[in-house]
Amino acid sequence: MAKEMSRELTRQQYLDLYYYMRLNRAVEENMVKLFRQNKIVGGLYSSLGQEAISVGTCYALEKKDWIAPMIRNIGALLVKGVPPRDIFMQHMAKYDSPTKGRDGTSHFGDLDNLHIVSPISMLGDLIPVMTGIAIGARYLGQKVVAMTWIGDGGSSTGVFHEGLNFAATQKAPFVLILENNLWAYSTPVRRQVPLENLADRAKAYGIDSYIVDGNNVVAVYNTAREAVERASAGEGPILIEAKTFRRLGHAQHDPAEYVPKEMRAYWEARDPIALYEKFLTAEKLLDAAGKKEIDKKLDTLLTAEREFAENSPLPPPEFAEGGIYCTGDDCHKIRAKWERPIAEVTPPKSSVTPVWTVPGFGSGKGSGGAAAPIHFGDAPAAMEKPSENGRPAKTATKGTPKKAKAMSASASRKTRR
Amino acid sequence: MAGRNGTATIGAATGGAQITFLEAIRQAMFEEMERDPTVLLMGEDVGVYGGAFKTSEGLLERFGWERVIDTPISESAIIGAACGMSYVGLRPICEMQFIDFIVCAFNQITNFVAKGHYLWNAPAPIVIRGPSGGGVHGGPFHSANPEMYFVHTPGLKVIYPSTPYDAKGLLKAAVRDNNPVLFFEHKFLYRRIKGEVPADDYTVPIGKAEVRREGKHLTILSYAAMMHTSLEAADALAQEGIEAEVIDLRTLLPLDEETILNSVKNTNKCLVVHEDTKTGGIAGEIAAILFEKAFQDLDGPLVRVTALDTPVPYAPTLEEYFLPNAKKVFAAAKELARY
Repeated sequence: MAKEMSRELTRQQYLDLYYYMRLNRAVEENMVKLFRQNKIVGGLYSSLGQEAISVGTCYALEKKDWIAPMIRNIGALLVKGVPPRDIFMQHMAKYDSPTKGRDGTSHFGDLDNLHIVSPISMLGDLIPVMTGIAIGARYLGQKVVAMTWIGDGGSSTGVFHEGLNFAATQKAPFVLILENNLWAYSTPVRRQVPLENLADRAKAYGIDSYIVDGNNVVAVYNTAREAVERASAGEGPILIEAKTFRRLGHAQHDPAEYVPKEMRAYWEARDPIALYEKFLTAEKLLDAAGKKEIDKKLDTLLTAEREFAENSPLPPPEFAEGGIYCTGDDCHKIRAKWERPIAEVTPPKSSVTPVWTVPGFGSGKGSGGAAAPIHFGDAPAAMEKPSENGRPAKTATKGTPKKAKAMSASASRKTRR
Repeated sequence: MAGRNGTATIGAATGGAQITFLEAIRQAMFEEMERDPTVLLMGEDVGVYGGAFKTSEGLLERFGWERVIDTPISESAIIGAACGMSYVGLRPICEMQFIDFIVCAFNQITNFVAKGHYLWNAPAPIVIRGPSGGGVHGGPFHSANPEMYFVHTPGLKVIYPSTPYDAKGLLKAAVRDNNPVLFFEHKFLYRRIKGEVPADDYTVPIGKAEVRREGKHLTILSYAAMMHTSLEAADALAQEGIEAEVIDLRTLLPLDEETILNSVKNTNKCLVVHEDTKTGGIAGEIAAILFEKAFQDLDGPLVRVTALDTPVPYAPTLEEYFLPNAKKVFAAAKELARY
């Protein structure tokens, strides 16, 4: 681990990663307390043991970039700048929360300032939405990257495929983090996906992917940073599979007794924060005094934030009504921030070919990176020329078609019957 | 109006050009994209091919690849991406090649797009449009009227026009609206209906019904292709001395209750005609509104003339039997008028 962690980050960056992971965990620990005090209205989901992913990936983004966190990405929200009180109040259904009590958990966003899109409970939906942000922002000339997260379970949805495929055809500046935490509620990953590496799914879209140890925050950060830079440079979407483990149940109510003991023990010994502390200590980036300082900072901050949240009222009942429609400019101004000359996209200049179109008709990149042929098989010409007797011309070329042979074999079997 | 096989002429006579329903839609998109560079079009075969019905013909040539986007066959991706685009200040129009396919994106529309403003203050100014409706032998998967799935979803607006004038004006209004708007285009009307549209820019307000024909004996409420059927029936009724007031609902969500109630309070009888199937159709909702707000004014039962509660069948004989027509409307109206 030390080797991967030794890529040069500044001292501040190393410490930021540590601070945000600690903040992530402390916020969630506070919420467990609130949950036990019956102050959390609905369910409570945990990212215990997965903090390195939320923090490491989001830390690779810049302020202008867009995120759409999932339920176990509180760390990403914190890195993006959401104050802990907002997260507490969301869970407690408070009137001062970002959704004013209309939704809970991490289901909230901020389009204007922090560039956060709210998730919904239906998994995968954020993938095309963030693709749209990536394409839309690019259209406006903005140099931004969109990022979202999905689990091993969520990668089974249809919209995961639709979204990632569309992103790939558009070469969208989009990074998808696939958190493989081995469990989708009670269903183990093998019953979700018959693949060793979920990153292999990228091949189906002709995009690049990475596999990273999700419990190694520096490795996660470095991988995400590279992916963000490549996506931003116009290389198209990138999939990162972060391998990790969901330490608690699906939510607070679930004791997760279906998880084998040895599996839990293995991953508990690989706690991302404990591992990182060891590294920081060895590298002399953190000592006992420094750690104590952070403990104190977190305690002071979260006590104040929790107090604010607890003092906020529930929304007045009649707030349930209204707010269904945007009533116009008095309600929201829909404003595009142009960072390119508008003349480029208005006639007569607008009929230009964008740089990201895949060159060549019907071509694409094969999984080996080589340009795929327009025709299937080695002898397209023979397929196009009808032979004299009306039957397809024979192809003498080698390599055609194992499939064709197999097909004719089965056809002849049929005939014999 | 002429029968189902002829070309009818209808619309606001303002000295503009006579154009088809289809051309009205194309013009609306063209003019909105010309007016506002944040307006884009996305869908299957909308670019090079100009759309399955040619509603976007010439748009790619005019506005280029970045604004007219041919997508994979992925309705959820189209709607999801449009939603994302709207979050950065764009106003995308999504074409469903046939509106039947809109249900492939049902989750994106009803859970993501529709709820955003209420839940987290995120308006999604997108338009989802496409050819709908039967009578053209499209069969069960190319003839649907799925509007009511969406009328049941708070946060959406649902438009279903019947004339070129309204189609153009309402589509423009939809593009300029800050909310997700579903825009149904009855494909039977595409090339059969012609009407005048003004040369200048105009919009038609969303959420306002229109009285197409005044009458005192009963009110016929309808929309889209059935609006023409209802007018045809009203002409026949007039021959027998029954004056029907025909109202074109135009927008189904939000529904223009005021215009409906004003008319029914005057005629005291109400017939609803729609091409959608009967159970859960808008007629049931209108019946409930009338019972709640105009019970004392009713002199007869609310009568529904709708399609059968079956999928749209393919064979011409079956489809004709399935759909409402002027004859059925005429018979039902005559019966109602006797109360």
